[in-house]
Amino acid sequence: MSDDRFTAIIVGAGPAGSTAAYLLAKEGYEVLLIEKGSAPGAKNMFGGRMYAHALNRIIPGFWEEAPVERPVVREIITFMDGGRSTSVTCRDQGWAEPPYHSFTLLRAEFDAWLAAKAEDAGAMLACNICVDDPLYENGKVVGIRAGEDEMFADVVIAADGVNSILAQKAGLAAMFSAGQVATGAKQIIELPAEEIGHRFGLEGEGGAAQLFVGDCTRRIHGGGFLYTNKRSISLGLVLNTASLGKGQIRVVDLIEDFKANPEIAPLIDGGTVAEYSAHLIPEAGLGMTPQLFSDGMLVAGDAAGFVLNLGYIVRGMDFAIASGEAAAGAVKAARQSGDFSKAGLAVYRKLLSESFVLRDLEAYRRAPEFTANPRLYGAYPEFVTSLASRLFTVDGSQPVHVLGKVWDHFRKSGLGLTDIAGDGWKGVKWL
Amino acid sequence: MAVAKMSVEQLLGVDKFLVDDDVAHIKVDKELCRACSPKPCTYACPAGLYTIKDGEISFDYAGCLECGTCRVVCPNADKVITWAYPRGGFGVQFRYG
Repeated sequence: MSDDRFTAIIVGAGPAGSTAAYLLAKEGYEVLLIEKGSAPGAKNMFGGRMYAHALNRIIPGFWEEAPVERPVVREIITFMDGGRSTSVTCRDQGWAEPPYHSFTLLRAEFDAWLAAKAEDAGAMLACNICVDDPLYENGKVVGIRAGEDEMFADVVIAADGVNSILAQKAGLAAMFSAGQVATGAKQIIELPAEEIGHRFGLEGEGGAAQLFVGDCTRRIHGGGFLYTNKRSISLGLVLNTASLGKGQIRVVDLIEDFKANPEIAPLIDGGTVAEYSAHLIPEAGLGMTPQLFSDGMLVAGDAAGFVLNLGYIVRGMDFAIASGEAAAGAVKAARQSGDFSKAGLAVYRKLLSESFVLRDLEAYRRAPEFTANPRLYGAYPEFVTSLASRLFTVDGSQPVHVLGKVWDHFRKSGLGLTDIAGDGWKGVKWL
Repeated sequence: MAVAKMSVEQLLGVDKFLVDDDVAHIKVDKELCRACSPKPCTYACPAGLYTIKDGEISFDYAGCLECGTCRVVCPNADKVITWAYPRGGFGVQFRYG
């Protein structure tokens, strides 16, 4: 191989890009990993939790060395409406033991660690470089241009995140619509570690993950989230961007009102806001998958729309990591056959299907349709919270059995029986 | 338990930015914004960078969190907003993320 040509140029040192770089460098290939931030992670944020399975397969026991925050041992889903809230909570101490189920983490530190693993394996990491365009030769992508610099490779992997300028410029991805993405906004609120333990009922290093649905988004499609880190809380909102555009309420007002909600305020009392961040989240699943490969190019991670939001489970990093792994596998296969054309890289789709990435997105392909139902953000949280409140209320009035209370409540709710039955059926079938 | 509401300026004030004084990474054609009545950017930008001053859209790229919301929420984004990431190394620097 000539000195000025890489096997792979990977654009974006997030979990997808760094995983691909790590695996290819380990095989001895010449890899250039390009990051637009001053360091890997400097431009990245997420809600707060990574499911551990994907990375554990690639770097077994990664938690021994990776900067993770807390293994999540407690899951909480909270419906909120008009000063009432109702929660479902699940604790599993098994999640607190290896192989941990999921970790809260902070991306600046974590992404820098994963990129350093790629570097240690032999990848060349170049930060402070914003890629402008793909370079072509006979219709095939052969490299990238960044400012005055041109760099060449057998294959370019676009792992440049949800906005994926590169995949769009290369014609692999169309610009998505506002309804296909959500705007996430988050605050890091610092608190002493033992205070977090007390407030969330956590022992030792264990962590909590809490999702909220209801009037915290004022009927904008979306929800709230809270993840406990070691010495901070990640708190924020995810708002469907099309719905947000119609909402007539500023994001900052929504998030500040959320913080003042009686369900949240005691949890963050005395805390100090250390960071405010925002990001788009691809939420349309297979409805927004770009062309995943072309002559000389692969698309991975958020750039490929590999995120799954089931409402009670939100996954992105495990998809990013596994898609980076599949991209590395495709490059390896193309290198062996010497064919980096579209046909040579087509194995990428097969690898994605064999891993859980396309399998799971396919299995849950109707989830975006389910979560687009406005009843989830208004009528149902209102119904659940007011019914629960009524079941717990003692006020000296005539005794009514549970069935009577539920039926009476349902009649007054204005919800149709067919709506509830239909939504319930879709929920258990699609999610 | 009273939690004092923070303003968007206070929130952006805790963030670290390396502002590119020479190049604005997002450009807005304010003439075209006049014809837009819903102006969803004024609500949807998490950093509150699109405001209305004297009946006109005012935009400042300096506090941009680089999410891309404006690029997709604007009903006429193709023509109104020229959107790119800041030049390498510039822009917001998340220390937590």
